[in-house]
Amino acid sequence: MSAAVLPSPRAAAALVRAGFRRYASYRAATLAGAVTNTFFGVVKLSILFAAADAAGGAVAGYDRAALSTYTWVAQGMIAVVVLFGGAELAERVRTGDVVIDLGRPVHPVAVWLAEDLGRAGQACLVRFFGPLAFGGLVFGLSVPRQPATVPLFVVSAVLAVVVSFSCRLLVNLVAFWLLDVRGVLSVYMVASNVLSGLIVPIAFFPGWLQGLARATPFPALVQVPVDIAVERVTGTDALLALAGQAAWAVGLLAAAVWTLHRGTRRLVVQGG
Amino acid sequence: MTVYAALLRAALAGQAGYRASFALELLGSVLVIGLDFVEVYAVLTQVPELEGLGLAEVALVFALASTGFSLADLVIGQTDRVTDHVRRGTFDVLLLRPLSTLGQLAAADVQLRRLGRLGTALAVLVIALSQVEVDWTPARVGLLVLTPLSGAVIFGSLFVAAGAVSFWLLDGREVGNALTYGSGYLAQWPTGVLGPVLGRFFTFVVPAAFTGYLPALALLGRDDPTGLPGWLPWASPLAALAAAAAAALLWRTGIRHYVGAGG
Repeated sequence: MSAAVLPSPRAAAALVRAGFRRYASYRAATLAGAVTNTFFGVVKLSILFAAADAAGGAVAGYDRAALSTYTWVAQGMIAVVVLFGGAELAERVRTGDVVIDLGRPVHPVAVWLAEDLGRAGQACLVRFFGPLAFGGLVFGLSVPRQPATVPLFVVSAVLAVVVSFSCRLLVNLVAFWLLDVRGVLSVYMVASNVLSGLIVPIAFFPGWLQGLARATPFPALVQVPVDIAVERVTGTDALLALAGQAAWAVGLLAAAVWTLHRGTRRLVVQGG
Repeated sequence: MTVYAALLRAALAGQAGYRASFALELLGSVLVIGLDFVEVYAVLTQVPELEGLGLAEVALVFALASTGFSLADLVIGQTDRVTDHVRRGTFDVLLLRPLSTLGQLAAADVQLRRLGRLGTALAVLVIALSQVEVDWTPARVGLLVLTPLSGAVIFGSLFVAAGAVSFWLLDGREVGNALTYGSGYLAQWPTGVLGPVLGRFFTFVVPAAFTGYLPALALLGRDDPTGLPGWLPWASPLAALAAAAAAALLWRTGIRHYVGAGG
């Protein structure tokens, strides 16, 4: 097990840049992903608009402009917070490559987090702003009325990436105990997609499911940033929402560090 | 036929070797369709009707389209691996054998976990049918039997068309997936919600409306509110034949265009 040292600010910045550049090289895949997310966004928003019209203008408190912003922010967040899973670390555990990460002079969780922040920054460029720009031009978006909304949204989106990173890390670390994590990953993907508010806003759910969703970290991935963007949550409530996200981020990161510590004790690298 | 049976047996034996993984993947396949149904359920509990259809009726649209899609995904969904075959040069092997290329892809790469999705779609279909009022006639019974098959042919044609794109564009897989999975997604809803332009596109160019919405109208005895002719909801088998012909042409043209991996 490596020494539990945090990287220096310079090293951390270099790791963030490395994560950014690594994903910048997949141009065709990035473009295709943005096109796919945009196409599904058009269908989803058409359904939501039809529902709003049937309900006389607004569904569960979302009017047409808010539904459009919800759809395009949520579709843009798919790549930023990796809502469709990812088993890279679990694969490194299975193949034994994880020992390289463990042998570094800085704590592996800090390295992975820095790289993931770089990846998320890269994902913002095309996968977030692409669908959002398309949605704004074709369907219109709700324009923020308060100047604080934009900075609050940025902080909320960064916290969403940290919460998502911690969740994905925890799910991947199951690989130390189960070598095949595909089943666990698919259950995680479905739970996070429904309970994060990606499929429909959480306010569309019956009361019991809303309660269940709010007891999990998943709304911190999509619903909290979206509700800040459409100004459904403002002022003190917005700050409380950010505090909730921050609490999940810290708690889940701590859980991931502890799980990694337990997992490395069990690690057997095959083939020497 | 015996060769296809052997290929199929080999693929199934391979998957049967990993029981725990298979069970979890089956569960994943059930959950993925559950994800789509959550959206239908959540929207139709917020509003009483969408395009004149209530929850049970939209559930019928959902179930018909999903059954067709799952069936197509089970039989021919493997065409999304054409990109891998072309890139590695293994497509040459398929061409060398005196068998149909599509038949080999279907038999050798069949994924049994996709049965989870099909089973769930059929269960939703049975429940939805028990909740809606249908004036059963022999013609409607026939339509109910033919609809999942027509839907499977329509979605299967989309899978084949998307696979054929890989012969020209190696990175075409994701865009092809947007077409196939996107059509599967929008087919679960009344087509009218898409608006006039997209709605007509996904009826007459990509015939997704013929897999769920239109046959559901025929079963329920309703008219389309956007003014489509009254016989059109019965025309799913014709749409399936047209889609299959177009996909076969595209696949053949693609294979002629294929020049190997340069090995």
